Amino acid sequence: MNEEKTPLLKMQGIKKDFFGNQVLTDINLTLHEGEVIGLVGENGAGKSTLMRILFGANMIRETGGYEGEIMINGEKVQFHSPFDAIAAGIGMVHQEFSLIPGFTTTENILLNREPTRKSLVSDIFSERLNTLNRKEMEDRAAAAIELMGVNLDQKMLISDMPVGHKQFTEIARELSKKHLKILILDEPTAVLTEKEADALLSAIRGMAQRGIAVIFITHRLHEILSVCDRVCVMRDGKLVTDVAAKDTDVPQITKWMVGREVSENSKPQAGGEERHASAKTILSVSHLWVDMPGETVRDVTLEVKEGEILGIGGLAGQGKLGIPNGIMGLYQAGGKVMFKGEEIPLNAPRKCLDASFAFVSEDRRGVGLLLDESLEWNIAFPAMQIQNKFLKSYLGGLVKWRDEAAIKEITQKYIDELAIKCTDSRQKARELSGGNQQKVCLAKAFALNPSLLFVSEPTRGIDVVAKVLVLDALKKFNRENHVTIVMVSSELEELRQTCDRIAIVSGGRITGIFSASESAETFGALMLSNVI
Amino acid sequence: MNTNEKSGFAKFIDSFGLPRLIITAFLLLLLVACPFVGADLPTQISNIISRFSWNGVLVLAMVPMVHSGCGLNFGLPLGIISGLLGATLSIEFGFTGPISFVMAILISTPFALVLGSGYGWLLNRIKGGEMMIATYVGFSSVSLMCMMWLVLPYKSPNMVWGLAGKGLRTTISLEGYYNQVLAKFLAIKIGNFTFPTGTILFFAALALAMWAFLHTKTGTAMTAVGSNPVFARAAGINVNRIRLLSVIMSTWLAAIGILVYQQGFGFVQLYMAPFYMALPAVSAILIGGASVNKATITNVIIGTILFQGIVTMTPTVMNNMIHMDMSEVIRIIVSNGMILYALTRKTEAAT
Repeated sequence: MNEEKTPLLKMQGIKKDFFGNQVLTDINLTLHEGEVIGLVGENGAGKSTLMRILFGANMIRETGGYEGEIMINGEKVQFHSPFDAIAAGIGMVHQEFSLIPGFTTTENILLNREPTRKSLVSDIFSERLNTLNRKEMEDRAAAAIELMGVNLDQKMLISDMPVGHKQFTEIARELSKKHLKILILDEPTAVLTEKEADALLSAIRGMAQRGIAVIFITHRLHEILSVCDRVCVMRDGKLVTDVAAKDTDVPQITKWMVGREVSENSKPQAGGEERHASAKTILSVSHLWVDMPGETVRDVTLEVKEGEILGIGGLAGQGKLGIPNGIMGLYQAGGKVMFKGEEIPLNAPRKCLDASFAFVSEDRRGVGLLLDESLEWNIAFPAMQIQNKFLKSYLGGLVKWRDEAAIKEITQKYIDELAIKCTDSRQKARELSGGNQQKVCLAKAFALNPSLLFVSEPTRGIDVVAKVLVLDALKKFNRENHVTIVMVSSELEELRQTCDRIAIVSGGRITGIFSASESAETFGALMLSNVI
Repeated sequence: MNTNEKSGFAKFIDSFGLPRLIITAFLLLLLVACPFVGADLPTQISNIISRFSWNGVLVLAMVPMVHSGCGLNFGLPLGIISGLLGATLSIEFGFTGPISFVMAILISTPFALVLGSGYGWLLNRIKGGEMMIATYVGFSSVSLMCMMWLVLPYKSPNMVWGLAGKGLRTTISLEGYYNQVLAKFLAIKIGNFTFPTGTILFFAALALAMWAFLHTKTGTAMTAVGSNPVFARAAGINVNRIRLLSVIMSTWLAAIGILVYQQGFGFVQLYMAPFYMALPAVSAILIGGASVNKATITNVIIGTILFQGIVTMTPTVMNNMIHMDMSEVIRIIVSNGMILYALTRKTEAAT
C-alpha cells in the first residue's frame, strides 16, 4: 500500500479501562483506503472494545471514555454516538443481528433511509408523512446486494431466511450507505456455512477494490490469510503483532494469540503428572448434550479422575460453559453421567447436589449470589438446604431452626480464609466488589464440602490480585480436602497454571485432552479446529 | 444535592422512608389536634388499637408471598372468601358463642387450602406478572361468590333474606355468635379507653408463628426464593413448591384475618365487601416500610397502626374541624398513593 498517503484511519495510543481494570493499552492502528486488515485475538483480548471505541458506542462513554486519538483522513474525530460514526463513514456489522424479522430484505437494508415521494398530505403536515418510493428502494437494495456478489431474495422476510442470508442482509445494509469508507465486520463468518463464507470473503475482496477499507474480526484464521492484507494480533489488551498477511501462517498467528512468552512463571504446575497417574475415574460423562443458549453442547464424552483439577477451555460460544451447567441441571440436557459408578439423573439440580457436587456459576450476580442478603446467608444457604447444616432441630426434627451462631462462625471462617473484604459478615453481597463476590461464591461451594466441584469462569471480570487469590484457593481446596475440581475458563494461561489436564471444547465437542504442560500452540490449534 | 455527605437527618429520612415519615407526622398532628376540636383522646386511641387488632392478621397475610417473590397479595379476597365460607357454614351448622369462632376457623381452613393451591398453581404459571393476575383473581372470585351467596342452599333464618327465605343477606349480625369473642377476652377497661387484649394476643401469636417460620429451614428457603429464584434453584430448592406454600399460607391467613375482623366489627359482610379488602392491607404493609420483595413483622405492625390510625382519626378530627366528611377521600389518597409509590421503587425495604 502507498505509505506516503494520509491513512484513512489512524488510531493512536488508545487506552481504555473499566473501573480500573485496564483492557486496552496503547493501541496504534492505521488503515488505508481499500485495505483489509484481519483482527484476531483470544476472547477478552480487547478486540470488541477497540471496535466499540471506533464506532462511538454509548457503553464506552458511559464507562468513562477512552484515551488516545482517532483520526480519519488526518482529521481528529471524537464520536459521541454511533450516529456520529456512521456519518463519518464507518459501518459495523455486529455479531448479533439487528434486523426486523417481519420486514423484507429490501426494507431492512434501507430502514429509516428509504427514498421517499412527496404527497399532498406530507406537504401540509411534515416530511414524516412522505410515501415510500418502492421502486427506488428495490434498485438501491439491489445495488448493495450486487456489491457483495451474492444472490439474495429481496422480497423474502428476514424471519424466513437462513442465517447466512441474514448476515448478508446486514452487510448489504452497511454497503447501501453512500459514504461508507470503513466497514467493521465482527465475526461475520461465525454463523455461515463454508460456501457462504467463501462468498462473503470474495465480497470483501470486491469491496476493497472499490476503495472501502475493511476491519475483519474472526476466529477462522485461514480466512484472514486468504482475504486480508495485514494481520493484527491482540493479546491482553495490547496489539502484539501487525504484519503483512503474506509473511505469516496459521501456526504463527496462533502462537501470537495464545502463546505469551513461555516464561518460568507460566509453567504448568509441577508434579501434576505423578500425582494423578494412578487415580481412578470419579466422573464419566458420555454423549452429553446441553441446550444452553449461546453455549450449546453437542456431544461431549469426558472422564474426570479422582483428585485432579481438570480444565475445560475453548473459545466463547463453543459450549464449554454448557458442560457444568448441563450436568448440574440448570439447562436442559441429555446423555449419561456416572459418578462413582452410579448414574446421576440430568435436569434435576437437587440430585447432583445430593451426590455431593457443587457448582460455582459463571453468572455470579444472576445465579451465584443472593445480592440483597447478607454474606452469612449467601455462604450458608446451600449447605443449610441440602445438608441440613447450621440448623437446630426441635420437636423431633419437626422444626428446623436457623442456627445464627453457627452461620456466623462459618462465614467468619471463610472471610478470614479467603480474605474477603467486607465490613462484617452481615454486609449485603451486592455491596462487595466483583472479586470479593467471587470469593463468596467459592466459600458457598466450599461450605458444602463437595467431593466434586465445578467452577465456571472463576476469574471473569476480577482484577489480577483477586485472580491469584481465587486460583490459589481452588488449588488449596483441591490439595487439602482432596476435592476433584472441574474448572471451566476462557483463559488458557490460567488453566495451564491451575489444572492437571486440560480439555478443549470446540463446536460443542471435546477436540482434545492434554496434560497442562502441553504447548499453548497445541491448545490454540484445538480451540480453532472445530469452530462453528 | 450532595449525595456523598448526607446530614444525619437526611440519613434518617433515607432509612425511615419519606412517605412513612410524612404519614407518621400527619398521624401525630391528628392526635395533637384531637382535644382542640373536641374529640376524646382516649376513645380515639382505643379506636386505633381495636382497628389495628381487627386488621393486623389481614396485613400479616401479605408477608409470605412477599418473601417468596410473588409480590403483594392483591388476591387477598380469595382468602377472605374462604373465611366467609367458614363463617357462614359455622352459623348454618348451628354453632354459637366462642365455639362458632373456632368452627369458622376449622371450616374455612380446607377452603383456604384448596383455593390457595389453585391460586398458587396459577401464579407459578405467570411468573413476573403475579400482582396483576392476583388482582383479577381476587376481583373475579368476588364476583363469582356474589352469585354463589344467593344460590347456595343456606337455611339459617339468621342469615337468609326474610321474605324469600333463601339467599344470604349482605350483612349478617354476629350477635350471639362470635361477636367480640377475642376482644372481650381479658379486655382492659380504663374510663373511655379499652384494650382488646384477646385480639392483640391472637395477632401476636400468629405474628410470632410467622416470625418463627421465617427462621426455619423452609422459611429461609422462602426468603431466598424471593431474593433470587435462580440461586435457590441452583441450591436444589423446588422453587415452585415454595411459592405454592407461600400462596397457601397467605390465603389461609387472609381467611383467619377476615374472621378476626368480623369478631371485632360484629358483622359478616358478604357480596362486594371483600372486593376492596386487599388495597388497605397492601397499603398498610407498604406504609410500614415493606417493599414488593421485602417485608418484616415490624413492617406489618407499624404499617397497620399508621394506616388504621389515619383511617380512624381523619373522620373525627376532620369532621369536627371543617364539618365535611373527608375521611373516605383521604383514605383513598393514602392507600392508592402508597401502592403507586411502592410499586415504582423496587429497592430494599426499611426495617
